Amino acid sequence: MADAEEVEIKKKKWKRRPDPVVIYKKWCKTCNICIEMCPKNVFDTDRDGYPVVSRGLDCTQCTICWMHCPEFAITSNEK
Amino acid sequence: MAEQVSNVTHKYLRPKKTFPNVWCPGCGIGIAMGALIRAIDTLELDRNEVSIVSGIGCSARIPVYLDFNTLHTTHGRAIAFATGVKLGNPRLHVIVISGDGDLLAIGGNHFIHTARRNIDITCILINNYIYGMTGGQYSPTTPFAKNASTAPFGMVEQSFDPSDLAISSGATYVARGTVYHASQLSRLISQAIQHKGFSFVEVIANCHTQYGRLNREGSAVKMIQWQKECAVPVSTAAKMSPEELEGKFVIGKLHEVFRPEYVSEYQKTIDRFSREEKSDQQLQES
Repeated sequence: MADAEEVEIKKKKWKRRPDPVVIYKKWCKTCNICIEMCPKNVFDTDRDGYPVVSRGLDCTQCTICWMHCPEFAITSNEK
Repeated sequence: MAEQVSNVTHKYLRPKKTFPNVWCPGCGIGIAMGALIRAIDTLELDRNEVSIVSGIGCSARIPVYLDFNTLHTTHGRAIAFATGVKLGNPRLHVIVISGDGDLLAIGGNHFIHTARRNIDITCILINNYIYGMTGGQYSPTTPFAKNASTAPFGMVEQSFDPSDLAISSGATYVARGTVYHASQLSRLISQAIQHKGFSFVEVIANCHTQYGRLNREGSAVKMIQWQKECAVPVSTAAKMSPEELEGKFVIGKLHEVFRPEYVSEYQKTIDRFSREEKSDQQLQES
């Protein structure tokens, strides 16, 4: 029982980490450059072909995705 | 724009322009524009002291989105207008952005003579090997035997090497970069802006809509990865034989010399004659 309570307390404390990069969907034209160029394979495509951050913990902030985005649709979330 | 603005490029975009931009999805011109903005940002130039001039073409749409002093001029005459801007106000950092058809075909004469004159202008040529906006006609840089809509059975003419042309015309800083090597490209552009004299940066970009489609080179991603395979850095190219370098291109700083600059020399001449006039007046008065 004690373990289960601890787990619940931990769940409450644990906050979801924000995504390392933010994709502004309105400006994106689904050219897939970010998906192909990411060295850590952070992105996946959704049903419409837009990139989504699915493995955000692997991101190393190498800046390749937003440097190569022709539409300026990707911003880094870390300051 | 998105709530978090940590991308430096957003600081310099015109707020009233509608985005997404006009270029095809995955066009290299957008990446080159980002590299230019980052170069200006690292140099910490005043926004009012930068002037960006362009002609006609896909790449000439860049100044439309940028929040500097910008000038969108007639076909091929971007460099002629830029010379006037620089002579009128020598304090400005004048940057010319042009495509291969704009700068080398219709504005070829302006280009070689501005390079000869060595005026303090930074010229960025976005080379995508074809006239993209008008429907894929061949340009002076279309490689031999490649297809274009006006060369359906392969290009018969030989092509220009823009960097070699700039070096032989007398440009004092010449560099070549690709959109794949975006961080190196912004470094090269910032060096070119700092250089006093005519500086020329050739950017190899992808046009997958016209050039890639007619030559079966695949999507934007494939064309950008082709640049990675074919680009050879200057230090590696020095050790390679001409046979090994065939079909590849050298990237990096290709040429840098220092020669007297046109605007300062012109000012010296004006100063010399105004001094002589003054001394003549003093003689007459006495």
